[in-house]
Amino acid sequence: MGIKKEGFKKRKTSRGKTDKHEPRKPNMSVDIAGLRLKNPVMTASGTFGYGEEYSEFFDLNRLGAIVVKGLSIVPKKGNKTPRIVETSAGMLNAIGLQNIGVKAFIDEKLPFLRQFNTPVVVNFFGDTVKEYVCAAEDLSREAESAGGIHALEMNISCPNKQSGWIVFGTDPKIMKQVVSSVRKATRLPLIVKLSPNVTDISLMARVAEDAGADAVSLINTITGMAIDVKSRKPVLSNVIGGLSGPAVKPIALRMVWEVCKAVKIPVIGMGGIMNSRDALEFMMAGASAVAVGTANFVNPAATVDIIDGMERFMLQEGISDIIDIKGSLRV
Amino acid sequence: MHRYFKAKITGNVLFNKDYRLLSVSPLSEFAVPSAGQFYMIQVGNTLDPLLKRPFSIFRYKNNTLKFLYRIRGKGTNSLSALRQGDTIQLVGPLGNGYQPPEGNFIAVAGGIGIASIFPLLERFKKKAYLFYGARDKNELLMLSEAGKLSRDIFISTDDGSEGRKGFITESLKDFLDTQLCAPTIVSPPGAPRSDLKIYACGPAAMLKEVSKIVTSRNIKCYASLEEHMACGIGTCLGCVTRVKGQSKTSRLPDGVRERKEQATEDWIYKRVCKEGPVFDIEDIVWE
Repeated sequence: MGIKKEGFKKRKTSRGKTDKHEPRKPNMSVDIAGLRLKNPVMTASGTFGYGEEYSEFFDLNRLGAIVVKGLSIVPKKGNKTPRIVETSAGMLNAIGLQNIGVKAFIDEKLPFLRQFNTPVVVNFFGDTVKEYVCAAEDLSREAESAGGIHALEMNISCPNKQSGWIVFGTDPKIMKQVVSSVRKATRLPLIVKLSPNVTDISLMARVAEDAGADAVSLINTITGMAIDVKSRKPVLSNVIGGLSGPAVKPIALRMVWEVCKAVKIPVIGMGGIMNSRDALEFMMAGASAVAVGTANFVNPAATVDIIDGMERFMLQEGISDIIDIKGSLRV
Repeated sequence: MHRYFKAKITGNVLFNKDYRLLSVSPLSEFAVPSAGQFYMIQVGNTLDPLLKRPFSIFRYKNNTLKFLYRIRGKGTNSLSALRQGDTIQLVGPLGNGYQPPEGNFIAVAGGIGIASIFPLLERFKKKAYLFYGARDKNELLMLSEAGKLSRDIFISTDDGSEGRKGFITESLKDFLDTQLCAPTIVSPPGAPRSDLKIYACGPAAMLKEVSKIVTSRNIKCYASLEEHMACGIGTCLGCVTRVKGQSKTSRLPDGVRERKEQATEDWIYKRVCKEGPVFDIEDIVWE
């Protein structure tokens, strides 16, 4: 996929017709992996729970998509505390994938999410390939029988406990195996969330694409650590954790740019997006949509502020369709 | 969106040593807090520090929210540099506060824990037997006011510079074993020992000791916990604590079940920010 160099052009497509009715409202809708999102702003998994908490702060219908906290077939208690620590312009977390499990999500959380006119992307993971497949099957069965789940996002930044604890997303062979196995288990749009803790993320993106992913999202957190010098102990109980927040944004942006050049499937960009300018940078680098993570912790209404800010930017710049921002980087 | 609002700083003054009192006046409609609830407060104007910090509501009066805090790390240092007239964002009130006491009660505050306990004293005047401990006399904040608002006050410091030398839990234990033997408050065996409920906030070591004291004496106690938290609203799962309870066992597919040992532990994680910060102390499973 080439990088557009023409800058912002008015796009003449069938979508332009709808614009005529509301000439002042720019078209922010995007298509990702067969999903139509009303705007490109999604939530990043693990920062938005199952949506309930944030519904007290804003209307969830405003979001492009809701990506829920990662689920596994077997519920997980997660790590001991301390699980989080703030670092310079960022935070480390080692929650340990605490989650209520696929079944409890379907029974207890999904009915709430079904009330909204916002696609729900279910993030999931497993300790083994078998567990990934089971989770994908159960979620797909629910999607087919009762609806409410619109896409799956695979977290592959966890270790394969049947194969030497190698992180799925850091080994091309293991990653190919798990992604193609899940691909066979679901007809839902499949997003693979890439780990940045690799030498060549473009290669991993291509592996995901070849294995049948409909889209990739990146970046997951970058592994890091923090030490308490007085006690000479690591701050996190898990010793290492995942770094997120504005500190990682330049790295995330570079990786998104590289991956956009390497694959044909849509890319969802994330990593330290705090405001609409950050989000626009990811779109200009080639992302079809963006996800907001740590910013939700800082400002519970961060996503809507970002959506509003992007719309304002489009109005100011005279851009009628967000597609004209995507990949518009002038290199 | 009244739980997420901007407020103007009307004061951020040195209180004593490392302690400061922050007063803010909300610029929009906001919800009224109850004792034991907390706010996530913006502590700077840049991306570093990044996250808001949790602070217990200390006082709420005339549309002013007051917070008592100790300068300890990057966040509170940054907060202490904010000036009168600055505008900051707050999220709150958050969490479950203290169950309102019926009649007299016992309050136990360790150090800055007084910030959380104080609204109880103020709302239920002259109802509390206050046990207030700190490392030294400089750290006993609001001492005279707390004394005036309480039915009786018991003070201890680690170094003996004010009140009894030692931990406040020792004073509490003595009180429960001697003073409380008055016939009017002794209950039949098996029933709770007294109607005096205990409200406690302070360091984990103090709360653990309080837990031991009340368990062996069958006294109801509510404890407010402190934990690192990123969001304060229940989504980051950073601030969990162990409480008694059984995790639900769900049906596991073949091939997954056999390798998974069924969870046999009798505790579950609950979020301090959402299900807490005040817990029934008998539910807490100390690590």
